[in-house]
Amino acid sequence: MARITLSNLRHSYLDNPVSEDDWALKQLDINWEDGGAFALLGPSGCGKTTLLNLISGLLVPSQGDILFDGESVTNQTPEERHIAQVFQFPVVYDTMTVYDNLAFPLRNRKVSEDIIAQRVAEVAEMTDLTGMLNKRASGLTADGKQKISLGRGLVRTDVNAILFDEPLTVIDPHLKFQLRAKLKELHSRVSNTMIYVTHDQTEALTFADTVIVMNAGEVVQVGTPKDLFEKPAHTFVGHFIGSPGMNILPCNIDNGKAYLGSSQIKTDNRATKGVTNAEIGVRPEFVSFESKGLDVKITKVNDVGRFKIVEVDLMGHSVKLLMGEEQSIPAENAKIEFNPKFTRIYANSHLCEQER
Amino acid sequence: MNKTVNQKAWFFVLPVLILVAFNALIPLMTVVNYSVQETFGNNAFFWSGLTWFQEILTSDRFHASLGRQLFFTFTILAIEVPLGVMIALAMPRKGIWVSVCLVLMAMPLLIPWNVVGAMWNIFGLPEIGLLGKTLNTLGFDYNYTRQPGDAWFTLILMDVWHWTSLVVLLAYAGLVSIPDDYYQAAKIDGASSWAVFRYIQLPKMKRVLTIAILLRFMDSFNIYTEPSVLTGGGPGNSTTLLSIDLVKIALGQFDLGPAAAMSLIYFLVILLTSWVFYAVMTRDEED
Repeated sequence: MARITLSNLRHSYLDNPVSEDDWALKQLDINWEDGGAFALLGPSGCGKTTLLNLISGLLVPSQGDILFDGESVTNQTPEERHIAQVFQFPVVYDTMTVYDNLAFPLRNRKVSEDIIAQRVAEVAEMTDLTGMLNKRASGLTADGKQKISLGRGLVRTDVNAILFDEPLTVIDPHLKFQLRAKLKELHSRVSNTMIYVTHDQTEALTFADTVIVMNAGEVVQVGTPKDLFEKPAHTFVGHFIGSPGMNILPCNIDNGKAYLGSSQIKTDNRATKGVTNAEIGVRPEFVSFESKGLDVKITKVNDVGRFKIVEVDLMGHSVKLLMGEEQSIPAENAKIEFNPKFTRIYANSHLCEQER
Repeated sequence: MNKTVNQKAWFFVLPVLILVAFNALIPLMTVVNYSVQETFGNNAFFWSGLTWFQEILTSDRFHASLGRQLFFTFTILAIEVPLGVMIALAMPRKGIWVSVCLVLMAMPLLIPWNVVGAMWNIFGLPEIGLLGKTLNTLGFDYNYTRQPGDAWFTLILMDVWHWTSLVVLLAYAGLVSIPDDYYQAAKIDGASSWAVFRYIQLPKMKRVLTIAILLRFMDSFNIYTEPSVLTGGGPGNSTTLLSIDLVKIALGQFDLGPAAAMSLIYFLVILLTSWVFYAVMTRDEED
């Protein structure tokens, strides 16, 4: 087990990257504490998998350093780094039994058969594979195969971290939930560092203590699931996490305060001097109909079961708000207010850091 | 579940049935017909029972050509399959060289068979052929038209040149269908390159290799054109394979009865051996 540090890391798949867009990963500095459960969250093509392959050693970074417990492993092979990785599509060795599959990483490392038998039994028990040890691996279902992939990571005692690359993509929805719970449980049992890559916010937020949100090769925010929800550092995070995403409205700034038209909006932070492209960000959860406030016209009501998503028109901009089933929608002269604690000013998509 | 019985459906298979009848069943039955009769010309046939089969099965000539045929087939299989797999493993998986390699590999397969025979016939001539002349200049006493060993060497070399590509292309198709994830997982599991071959590449190539071996077995067992153009079965009878012998009996001597009996035995040998091959190679598919 190890603390993983990425220092000044950059990567490009091209030999001579020229423009900023040539970099698959732009400038990363992250420190991952030992034994944590981390999620890398971002849309497809944002560089998550690249980052994962850099950590495991399947790729060598164009620039920068990767350190395990302060020691550089940048030029080491995956074997030397003692990393386990579970891939998007389950990888099993078809001709072997489940037992041989689980034993494979240990046999390659010349571990004695007694210890192998003991380790395999232990891991099979953890991953619910005990009853199938003598079956051919090719006959298992997708989730069974993915458990084998996971088991091959867990069976080694020397792993520094276990990496997951969207491991639940090919799993049936009703099993996804089970397997996710299993992962979480395994993490608390073996207390290994686990890094989980996904584009699914539910997976990321339920699995991880710390979520790293990435977009276009950059890390946009590192934080707990609560931070990401309540205090997005970037409009991308606000939009990407949450369903529906955060409302983002262009606004005017005067003396650090935000104005929509002529009405001032109370916000949690103040705009820094001389900002451009100022926007107000507020989640639909923190917008409500009030007796006084901003005049709006209701354009759409979407009932999604436990709550309603109401879309209103505010000075030509669409604003979404969430309402409980039992709350009623005003028939006319609708007015809305934003909860000032969760309303913030963003400039050039980044959160203005100055507190009010 | 109740199945509806509809006899009209037979009409839909009728066209295929007629087609197969004309190009396979009727000729085959004609051969069966010849194999149990004797003729002295004038289209007069007499029933002769199984005498032709007895004669063929006990003839030294048939045993000798069957022996040569088996030797030929197993030699070329033993060379072409491992060599084909090795070449496929060495071929690039990405980049511009892929298409160059594939075209180069496909080339021998595109040449008409009698042209292949003719090419190697000239290529091996000791006086003027590039191969023959070179070998003789280097001090080897090489003459495939006179020495049986040289004839066999040329025959096998020709077949390897002509058909290894087929194994390469099939094996390569099997290899490129393996997702990158497998190689990455193997790296992380610390597998040696032998283990990668043994547990990832070979199992994934198994199906296509089964096809490749079956095809090569049947084709080489039936081979006629190339050896007939190259050596004509000579020198003497030393490279007379089954099909060449069959043609000699049927068209050279016009012994229709023995030729028909031999065809059927030949056919059954191929059928049986192919079935055994297939059964053995797919044996452990079911759990």
